[in-house]
Parts: sequence; structure tokens; C-alpha cells
Amino acid sequence: MRKLTSKSSLLTYIVIIIIAFFYSRDSLVTTSVAGSALLFGLPLAMAAMVGILSERTGVVNIGIEGTLLFSAFLGFFIGALSKNLIFGILGALIGGMMMTLLLALLAVNWKMDQIIAGTIINILAAGLTSFFYKQGYALPSILPRWEVPFLSKIPFIGPVFFTHGPLTYIGLILIIALWVGLFHTVWGLRSRAVGEHPSSADSAGVSVVRLRYINLAIAGAFGGLTGAYLTLELVGSFDRGFSAGKGFTALALMIFGRWNPIGALGAAIFFGTAQAVANQLMITGVVNIPQPFINMLPYILTIVVLAISAGKVRPPAAAGAPYEKEKS
Amino acid sequence: MSALLEISNLTKAFPGVVANNNISLHVNAGEILGLLGENGAGKSTLVKAVFGLLTPDTGVILIDGQAIEYGDTLGVISRGVGMVHQHFQLVPVMTVAENIVLGDEPKKFGLIDRKSAKAEVLRLSEKYGLEVDPDARIEDLPVGMQQRVEILKALRKDVRLLILDEPTAVLTPQETDELLDVMKNLASQGVGIILITHKLREVMAVADRVVVLRNGNVVGSASPRDTDEAGLAQMMVGRSVVLEVLKSKAKPKDVVLSIRSLEVLDDRKMPAVKGIDLEVRSGEILGIAGVEGNGQRELVEAIAGMRNRVGGQVLVDGKPTKNLHPRSVRSAGISHIPEDREKHGLVATYSIADNLVLNQFNQPPFAKGWIRDLEKVDEIAKELVEKFDVRTPSYANLANSLSGGNKQKVVVARELSQTLQVLIAAQPTRGVDVGSIEFIHNQLISARDNGAAVLLVSAELDEILSLSDRVAVIYGGKIVAIIDAEGADRNYIGRLMAGLKA
Repeated sequence: MRKLTSKSSLLTYIVIIIIAFFYSRDSLVTTSVAGSALLFGLPLAMAAMVGILSERTGVVNIGIEGTLLFSAFLGFFIGALSKNLIFGILGALIGGMMMTLLLALLAVNWKMDQIIAGTIINILAAGLTSFFYKQGYALPSILPRWEVPFLSKIPFIGPVFFTHGPLTYIGLILIIALWVGLFHTVWGLRSRAVGEHPSSADSAGVSVVRLRYINLAIAGAFGGLTGAYLTLELVGSFDRGFSAGKGFTALALMIFGRWNPIGALGAAIFFGTAQAVANQLMITGVVNIPQPFINMLPYILTIVVLAISAGKVRPPAAAGAPYEKEKS
Repeated sequence: MSALLEISNLTKAFPGVVANNNISLHVNAGEILGLLGENGAGKSTLVKAVFGLLTPDTGVILIDGQAIEYGDTLGVISRGVGMVHQHFQLVPVMTVAENIVLGDEPKKFGLIDRKSAKAEVLRLSEKYGLEVDPDARIEDLPVGMQQRVEILKALRKDVRLLILDEPTAVLTPQETDELLDVMKNLASQGVGIILITHKLREVMAVADRVVVLRNGNVVGSASPRDTDEAGLAQMMVGRSVVLEVLKSKAKPKDVVLSIRSLEVLDDRKMPAVKGIDLEVRSGEILGIAGVEGNGQRELVEAIAGMRNRVGGQVLVDGKPTKNLHPRSVRSAGISHIPEDREKHGLVATYSIADNLVLNQFNQPPFAKGWIRDLEKVDEIAKELVEKFDVRTPSYANLANSLSGGNKQKVVVARELSQTLQVLIAAQPTRGVDVGSIEFIHNQLISARDNGAAVLLVSAELDEILSLSDRVAVIYGGKIVAIIDAEGADRNYIGRLMAGLKA
């Protein structure tokens, strides 16, 4: 553990030095690139939390994509029809939880193969959201930006971290809270025990089924928040296939971040940075990369990242296995 | 004064089998009760009923004279009963302290109070004289240490009755001895203990009383002072059992298996076998004696072609066998009873019949070209199941429906069903009950007498000494001595195994 910490603090220093270097060259562009890196990365990070919460308690969740799609859909249309963004956010949260609780029903109660259960979620969400999709609706506005007093005035850090919409702040805080929760609370210890070796938890009086339900519900809320962020804060509209593979990218980030919220956040910001830098290079005309290639970037990075981490990381041991109490 | 635990007239039937038939017994505080019986005799069912894990059909269970409520595990725990399961209930990636406090964690400001968890573990470990490192991760600990954690976990709630379900099945002889000492120590502090086992030596060593179960009935009880191992074995199996292996003198012929300066790495890529030379002759059993973890596993796997030989050769009849190619090693004449039958010995989700022909399913008469001849497979399965006394309703059942001892019989049956040149037998009787041990031993002897060269690896020194014709002692990945088994001095070998220059 200590080894890991020194490695990651080294990484942090390197990142700070790189940022400082570019900032000294061109403060404006560096700040804007860093800001958009966060904007691109955050939804991926939040989506990765859905996977982390599920798998840490032993349920493989490849249905993140469907969870995002359905919650964004519900968030957008409830927000547009009620002309109220708060209702939109609530709708997205409910949408996300509907999807993960369906996964819980399939995987925990009915002990269905979890890959198939996740696929069902994805197909269901894609089907529902395109069947009920109607053109011509619009949100009254998007969520307003809120500049945090004082903090937003700090050079570089202020504009990058403290000039966003409310869901960005909430998302960042919740990711850190999830890390604390998983590794430093009773809930986290029990959750991880359930994900690694459920019968130990059971014999210690921890209800495996109950905890899996609770955590999938929380995971759904994370998914709903991501959907709300995408549609109500970042983009302001909804389209068929709106999630565009972010749920699958999030799965890769979860693996790359070793099922650790902070790790996944770091990985997501790395992804966001790559995208932001590529965009910047194109805008300034430094390089002339055709747009489709820029659009490909997240997917190519996903493949690269998975290839790098394949075989080196270990998922929670009980992920994917329905829990059976010992017979007789 | 009433007994700590009193069971009267307990009966529990499962569909098709009466697991416990009208059983009565008691345990007093500070007493060690040995519960002895073959696999499937009903020992586990009985203690599961006590621990509230299942509900008996009839009968009464009293703790301190008060009846327990069936199926209420938490209630039973709160009345001072602890159980150490045969399969450890520990989370491998978590620390010792985390595992011990799981389910009832000390808290501070809503977070886990790791400091007081650690302190509690240290206090427990001091109180009972069971040393552990609270910060160590379970997966990094040897099995014996893991079991210690499991015992501490059970003792945490002021346990007065401790149930140990086959606690020594996975332990090395040294770890077993330590555990037996721990049990005596606990008993002297007033803890009542039920020790479930089928190993006679252990009951003889620690039990104050022994109750023997057979087919769900109490067939006898005795004090170890008034009986001996043979007497207990007879009660257990229901017939007289020969504990000593009877064998004629070996008539070794030519060298069949030769191992030349073999070098092998372990899972962490550290040298485990450091240049071993061995020769095994046709018609003899060479036993490898050693404390587990001294390179035996790596040696066996390298011979079988399952682990990379980084140096040296394995020859059969003077011809080198292929590295990392188990099938060609097999066709060169080496049969292998693997140490881990679940992982390397059987395909759990195949039928017993298919498992019995795994080594020759693609050869005549079990296959014609690409097509399997299932009738022939059924024929031999029927024959082997009968001959090796595999207890199963049908050979068409899945292998994982069998008990551990019967699984082992399937592996042994398969490996001995062909005419043998070389047999590598690793822990051939681990987790197998007395009656079956006798049978497997006789099979190994008769393989020898039919001209096989047998290499036997076992953690049980008694097994090595009684079966082998010659004994090679392994220590630190090297063979430190080869001696004749006849008249060998147990203590001398023990010292060699411990790495002492005898």
C-alpha cells in the first residue's frame, strides 16, 4: 500500500510540473485545456463509480451504458415537460436507480448470469429511449454555473475547479466521499467483504443480499447523477444513443483505476485531458487531424488502457458470482 | 451441575438418508470431546444443528441446561458457542484485524476505528496465546496462521463451547501439533471443545472422551486411555482395519524414472527446486519426506509437465520427456495423482464416468478416430466405480456431487487403471477417511508389485514411512538424504526435514 502511495505522489508531482511548465508558457490556453479536461473526464469518472460500487459488492455491471442512457432520457424529458430542472435531476436519479435495481433483481434474486443481465439493461435502455423519443422538446435552460466565492479567484485552480455547475461539485465531492466510504467505514468494509468472500460476511452476520441491493441502488443514483450532468448541465439536449459508449469507457476506467474511486477519477481526468489537448491542437491549427479521428480518441484510449492493465489488476473475487447460502 | 452442552435424542433426515439417528451426547466445560467418524457419518450435520445452521427433526439441544432455538445462529453465538468451519470464512485481501472485527466493528466518528480493532486483536491473541500479526493480509499467511485467525474470530465473543470442524485437514504436521496444543490450552481455561476429525492420532492425543459416529448413529464412546487407534478405527469403519501397511519386500528392477539436476521456480518465480537428482526403479516406492513448501509441489508439477523445468531433465526409460507438455509426459508413461484434486485432478462439472477416462478418452477403445465410444466408457466406469468403491448412486452423476474422499478415489482409479510405468502420487490420501486410506495404500502397493516405479509425496511422515521402500528427504529444494525406509529412525528424518544437520 505504501509503495502505491509513493508511486502516486510521484505521479502527482510530475503532473504539477507539466502543468506549471505549460502555464508559464501560455496561462490562458493551459487553464482552458485543464478546465475542459475536467468537463470531459468527470462524467466518465462518475459513471465509473457505478461500476465500482456494483463490483466491489460482487455484482458485475456492464449495464452502465444503459443506466446512463435511461437516466439522461428521463432527466431530459421530465425536465423539459415540467420546465423544472430540479424535477429533471430527480427524474434522472430515479431512472438510474430503476436500471440498477432491475440488475439487482436479475442478478441477485434470480441469480442470472450477470453479463447477460447487464446486456439486458443496455438493450432495454436503448429500446425504451428510442421508442419514446420525441423531437422538438427543449429544456427551459441548463443548470447555471456557480463561481465559488474566493476559491474561484485563485489563478489556474479557481477557473479549473471552481467555476462549474452544481452537479460538477456534487460529483467531485461524492467521488471522494465514496472513496472514504469504501475504505474507511463499516459500510465499506462489509461491502468489500461481500464482494470478495460473501460467505465470510454472511457468517459474521452481514446480509449479502441486502447489502448488494443497497449498493446497487447507490450505484444507480451515481448513474442518474451522471445522466443528469450530461443532459442538464453539460449539453442541454438529448438524442438517441446519447450516452455514446461512455458507460463502456467507464468500465475500462474502473479497471484502470483498480476499482478505486480516486484511481478511476485520475484515469478519467487523463482521458479528459487527452481529449481536451486534441481539441485544442485542432482549434489552434497546430495539427490538422480530421474530426472523426478526434472523436475516435476515447475509444482508442480505452483499448490501449485495457491492454495495459489486462492481467495486472485483480477484480473483486466474488464479482459475477451469485451468492448461494451453503446447502443443508 | 448441568453439562455445558447436552444433546438428547436428536434425529435429522435428509431426502433419502438419515444423517443423525437418535443421537445423544454431552460436553462439559474444560473438556475436549473427539467426534470421530468417516466421511458422511453425520458429524457435520450434528454440529450444524448445534450451531443453528439447520433444524433437526426431533430432539433437544441444551446449553447450560436451557434449550436452544433451532436455526438461530446469532442466538447460539450469543450464548457462547463458536465454530471454526472447515472452509475458512476469511476475506483473503483484508487484514487479520479487519477479518476478526467484521460484523461488529469498532467505530469512531462514523469511521472504522482501526486502532482499537488492532488493540482488540492483540488483546485476544495474548489472552489465548495465539500469536498473529493484526496487519498481515490473510492471503499472505500460511494456512495454519489463517486458521489461527479463524479461531481468534470465534473466540472473540467470549466463547465457552468451541466447535472445530476437521481443523487439521489442511494443516502440516507441525501446524497440527501447534493446534493440538492450542486446544489443550483453551480447555485448561475452561472452554469446552468439540473436535471433529477422522484422524485417530489427533483424538488420541488431545481428547478427554471420544464419541464415534457411523451412518448417523452413535456406535460407541470411549476414553483414549482405555482404547487404542485400532479399536477406534474398528468402531468407525465397522470392521477391523489394518492401520499398518502390509507389504512384501520390494523387488526393484531397472531404473525407469530418472530426474537429472532438475531446477524449477515457484509461483513467485523464486527457485523452489534447486538441482534435484533422483532415480526410481521399477517395483519400488520412493517416498519424498519433507515439510510442505520445500519444493515438493514444484518438483511433482515439473515432472508431470505442468510447470516449467528451467534446468535439468526428466527421463523415462532413458528417454527425455518434453517440458511443459503434460500429454506427452503422460504418453511417455508417467501417471500423476495430483495434490489438488479439485483443481488438477477432476473436471468438477463432468460426469464421474468422463472423469474416469480423462487420461485416455481419445484413445481406443474409448474413441474411434474422432468419435468417442460412450458404451466402452460406461463399461469401464461401472467396473472402476465398483472396484474402487466410489460411493455414488450413479457414475453418470457429476464429479462435484461426490465427497472429498470419493473424489480422490476417482482420481486414483483413473490413474491406476492403465498399466503403469511411473506413478507420481502427491498427497494421495489427503482428506480421505481411514477405510479409504487403507484401500488406496493397498492399490499403491499392488501397483508397485506389478512393476511400476512409484514416487510418493506426502505431508504425513507416517504414510511415507509405511509405504516407501526408500525415503528421500527434501529440504529447501534439495534432497538432503536418501535412506532405506526399513528401520529408518523417525526422529532422524524429522531432524533432516527441519533442516538440521542430523
